[in-house]
Amino acid sequence: MTTVLATRSLVKRFGGLAATNDVSLELVRGARHALIGPNGAGKTTLINLLTGVLEPTSGTILLDGDDITSLAAHKRVGRGVVRTFQINQLFNALTPLSSLALAVSVHRGTSSRWWRPLGDDAAVAAECETLLARFRLAEVMDQPVHSLAYGKRRLLEIALALACRPRVLLLDEPVAGVPEGEREEIFETIDALPAQVAILLIEHDMDLVFNFAKTVTVLVNGAVFTEGDVQAVAKDARVKAVYLGEDLAHG
Amino acid sequence: MTDAAATTPSRASPRAPLGAAARSLRGYARWRWWELALFAALPLSWLLLPSQALLLNEIAIVALFAISLDLVLGYAGIVSLGHAAFFGFGAYTAALFAKDVMPDPIVGLVVAIAASALLGLVTSVLILRGSDLTRLMVTLGVASILYELANKLDWLTGGADGLQGVVMGPITVPFTALKGFDFDLTGRTAYAYTLVVLALVLLVARRLVHSPFGVSLQALRDNRLRAASIGLSVPLRLVAVYTVAAAIAGAAGALLAQTTGFASLDVFDFHRSAEVLLVLVIGGTGYLYGGIFGAIVFKLLHDLIAAWTPQYWNFWVGLFLVVLVLVGRERFVRPWTWFGKGTKP
Repeated sequence: MTTVLATRSLVKRFGGLAATNDVSLELVRGARHALIGPNGAGKTTLINLLTGVLEPTSGTILLDGDDITSLAAHKRVGRGVVRTFQINQLFNALTPLSSLALAVSVHRGTSSRWWRPLGDDAAVAAECETLLARFRLAEVMDQPVHSLAYGKRRLLEIALALACRPRVLLLDEPVAGVPEGEREEIFETIDALPAQVAILLIEHDMDLVFNFAKTVTVLVNGAVFTEGDVQAVAKDARVKAVYLGEDLAHG
Repeated sequence: MTDAAATTPSRASPRAPLGAAARSLRGYARWRWWELALFAALPLSWLLLPSQALLLNEIAIVALFAISLDLVLGYAGIVSLGHAAFFGFGAYTAALFAKDVMPDPIVGLVVAIAASALLGLVTSVLILRGSDLTRLMVTLGVASILYELANKLDWLTGGADGLQGVVMGPITVPFTALKGFDFDLTGRTAYAYTLVVLALVLLVARRLVHSPFGVSLQALRDNRLRAASIGLSVPLRLVAVYTVAAAIAGAAGALLAQTTGFASLDVFDFHRSAEVLLVLVIGGTGYLYGGIFGAIVFKLLHDLIAAWTPQYWNFWVGLFLVVLVLVGRERFVRPWTWFGKGTKP
């Protein structure tokens, strides 16, 4: 299996705190990889490092074998590394349709055109059509994003990432705040992605994790606690203890 | 408006009719009736109000200046308290060009636009970093520096006296037989000239804001983090729009210098930057025409109040602004909603 995205001894310090501590991770082509761990384990920090939102203190990030550690965030998207956010990051004054059309035009290389209207490209419109239908956003496509209900905004959050045609998709708690019944639907959409897309998922719902992932990495205090096959991790008593410990601390 | 050609072959979906997204997306750039009415009103104002040409010319120049700021502020979300830097630079360039090189207005206008665009390109690096407060101070600083330069370099700019004796030649439209339009005292030639430039800029700006580039500006205004996360280069786009806006502001300044035959330190003054911001606050940002409506209201208000009570103009415009901002523009322009149940938009 070919490795698409990898980290080598990645470290990120905030003052004295090592939010990411010597993490070496490999995402192979078509991976269905989950990243779990108690709150504050450094999961989102790791995604921020992978996408270039944060700069690592040390260590390297490799994409297709190329060092992309200092590559600008938007250029990583151009190379297929795309993410969603735990807290919706949307374009509030745009409509779902224009948001998606813009994202589609970026990967089609037409987003710098300044003379023809965005709507002139039939191929862009067709791609938007598919995405809007798949995420049940067609009815609200012309409403300003800020006026949408939370559930619709959450769907748009994920649709926007898919509009970028990811090769590596980093999902930061994609169903956070989504009602129980609709979670499955979102995951069905994610499951329907092309098999060669590598997916890294952060999720707290263990049922969803164990249904979706083939590989699991457990992060504790910024470091890799254990990694392995989903069955093995599910049975690992130490992993249970980590979560149980957290539950006790919270309870 | 029906658009039969909009139905493109796309996958049929159970929930939306075929091509609904394509139709909607095209609709975003469709001409609205009031836009057409506005474009029709421009030449009509020239025909029907010949005695007001001087005032209208002033309004059109302020409107052009405000459109420039709207691209930066309303679309890209970059605040500026020093937009007069480009206005003034265009004005001085045009005046100097007419005085020292050649008096042809159109060549002078093109030179002024190019010079202002260059200044915008160079200073755009200053607005890329920091917060809104940083940008307010940096833009204010740039305008102040240029003001002082124009003041001190009196061998070139005439210093505090301004550049006097700028004589413009007649307008000769390139590639056509149209020539020999002299600027006259009634200001009708000047107003026609300004109107043509305003209309051309509006048309270009309109294409720009509906294009993928224009939509990307609104996207990075709303959320820079996400804009980068869909693959947009935020700094490059800010540099581009800042340069275009500087060019338009420079055109407005050049028109002022050319149609009044005069450039003074006033064009760089802080009140110019503040005034154009007020105009946009009055007219509204982010829909391109706010500058025009704002300029009309602002200038008419100015003339009305100044004629009635010349000393207290600032008091009344201040009161107007406070009421406008507190009530909200949406409600303010819809008087029938003032006394209804307080339903906020």
